[in-house]
Amino acid sequence: MLSIGLAHYLWVAAILFAIGIFGIFLNRKNIIVILMSIELMLLAVNINLVAFSMHLNNLIGQIFAMFVLTVAAAEAAIGLAILVVYFRIRGTIAVEDINTMRG
Amino acid sequence: MIRLGVVALVLTLLLVVTISARGAVVSFGGMFIVDDYAIFFKILVLGASALSLLIAQEYLEIRGIARFEYVVLVMLATTGMMLMISANDFIALYVGLEMQSLALYVVASFHRDDVRSVEAGLKYFVLGALASGMLLYGASLIYGYAGTTSFSAIGDVVGALQGATPPVGLIIGLVFVIAGLAFKVSAVPFHMWTPDVYEGAPTPVTAFFSLAPKVAAIALLLRVVIEPFGDMLAQWRQIIVFLSIASMLLGAFAAIGQTNIKRLMAYSSIGHVGYALIGLAVGGEEGIRSVLIYMAIYLIMNLGVFTCILCMRRREEMVEEIADLAGASRSNPMMALALAIFMFSMAGIPPLAGFFSKLYIFVAAVQAEMYTLAVIGVLSSVVGAFYYLRIVKVMYFDPATEPLDRNYGPELRLVMLATAVIILFFFLYPEPILSGAGVAAASLLSGS
Repeated sequence: MLSIGLAHYLWVAAILFAIGIFGIFLNRKNIIVILMSIELMLLAVNINLVAFSMHLNNLIGQIFAMFVLTVAAAEAAIGLAILVVYFRIRGTIAVEDINTMRG
Repeated sequence: MIRLGVVALVLTLLLVVTISARGAVVSFGGMFIVDDYAIFFKILVLGASALSLLIAQEYLEIRGIARFEYVVLVMLATTGMMLMISANDFIALYVGLEMQSLALYVVASFHRDDVRSVEAGLKYFVLGALASGMLLYGASLIYGYAGTTSFSAIGDVVGALQGATPPVGLIIGLVFVIAGLAFKVSAVPFHMWTPDVYEGAPTPVTAFFSLAPKVAAIALLLRVVIEPFGDMLAQWRQIIVFLSIASMLLGAFAAIGQTNIKRLMAYSSIGHVGYALIGLAVGGEEGIRSVLIYMAIYLIMNLGVFTCILCMRRREEMVEEIADLAGASRSNPMMALALAIFMFSMAGIPPLAGFFSKLYIFVAAVQAEMYTLAVIGVLSSVVGAFYYLRIVKVMYFDPATEPLDRNYGPELRLVMLATAVIILFFFLYPEPILSGAGVAAASLLSGS
C-alpha cells in the first residue's frame, strides 16, 4: 500500500508552481490566463506550507497560509481592476497588444 | 490635500526619531523589530515619501489627476515599507511587502486615461505578483527546513550547522527569496519591468518608485540575508556578486541609447543597485555601512534629478525627452545648473557626494580583497559617466529649440536648492550620514 508522505505533497506543489511560472512566460494570448497562473503559484505555496505544517506538527505554516489566501484575494481584485481600466482604453487584453512602450 | 499628507509624514518622521528607544525592541511576538537599522531606513523612506509628495502637486494639477487618492495610496505604501523595514519574521515580511506593492500597482496606473500609465501598472502588477510568488515559495521552503518563520530562530538553526553544508531545501528557499527581492530592487536579471514602468508611470510616481520602495527593498534584502542567513555567507555571496556585476554592466551599457530621460533614470537606478550590492557582497560592518551611505546619497541625488525632470515643461505641457533639454542653460539657468550638479554627482566626480558614496563602496571591496567587483564597478562607472555627461552637454552646448517654461512653483525650487546644496557641500559636513550609517550597520550585525 502506497502511503502519501511529505515528499508527494512537495512534488505536487513544485509542479503546480512550475506550471504557474510557465503559464506566465509562455502564454501569448490573454492576461486573464496570467492572473490564473499567479493564483496557481500562490496555491502551490499554500500546499507547501500546510504540508510542512502537518509534518512539523507546528501551526505557523497554516497561519501563514491564511495570510497568503487573504493577500491573494486582494491581489486578484487589484489586478482585475487594472485590467478593466486597461480594457476600457485599449479595447483588448491580448498579451501581444501590450506594447505601447519598448520591452 | 498633498500638504496634509506631507505634514503627516513629517510628524511620523519626528515620532520615529524622538521615540526611539536605545537598543533593539521587538514586539508582536517577535515579528516586529525596532533597532537603529530600522530607524535609519525609516528616516530615509519617510523623508523620501514626504518630499516626493511635495514635488508631485504641480504635475498632478497640470495633467488633471490631482485626486486625493494619490496621497492616501502613497501613505499606505509608506506604511507597508515601514513594516517591511521592521519585519523580523517571514509572515511580517510578506504582509509588509504586499501592503506596499498593492498600493504601488494602483499608483503606477494612477493616470487612468493615459494608456502608457495603465500599461505600466499592468506590467508592474504581473511581474510584481510573480516576484511575490517566488518569494513566498522560498519562504515556504525555508519554513519547512528550518521549522520556523522567525528571522532570529532561523538564524539559530543556521548557526547550529556550524559551517556544515545546509540542507538543499534551505538553500533553494534562500535562492527563491533573494530572486523575489531582486525583483523589488530591480537588479539584473530581474529588472525587465523597470524601464517600462518608469517611462509609463506619471513622473511623480516614477520619482516615488525610484526613491522610497527601492530603499525599503534594499533594507529588507540586507536584513534577510544578514540576520537569518549570516552564517550561510558562502552560499549567498556568489548570487549577490552575480546580481551586482550584471546590474552594473546593464545599467551602464543599456542607458547609452536612451532618448527618454525617465527611461534613462530607470537604467541609471539599475546600475546604482548594482553598486550598492557590492557592499552587501563584501558583507561585514564596513560593507553594510557603505551600502547605507550609498543609499542615503542615492536618495538625495535622485530626488534632485526628478525635481528637475518635473520642472521640464513647455507651454504648460510636460516634456520628457532628453532633446527637450537643449538650451536649458540659457532658458532655465538655475535648473540646468542643479541638474548638471546631480549628473556630475551620479557620474562620481569629486568632490560631489556621489563620489564619496562610490568611494566607500570600492574601499570596502578592496579591503575585503574582492578586486574583480571593484574593477568592474570602476569601469562601468566610467561608461556611466558618458551618458550622465551627455545630458550636461545637451543642456549647455546644443542649440536651443523652443525654451522651456520657467514658472515652476516654490516647492520645486526649494527641494531643488536643498538637494543641490547637500550634494555640493556633503564633503564639508558628512558626519550625520556617516555616523548614522555606522550605528545602523553595527545594530544590524549585532542582532544576527
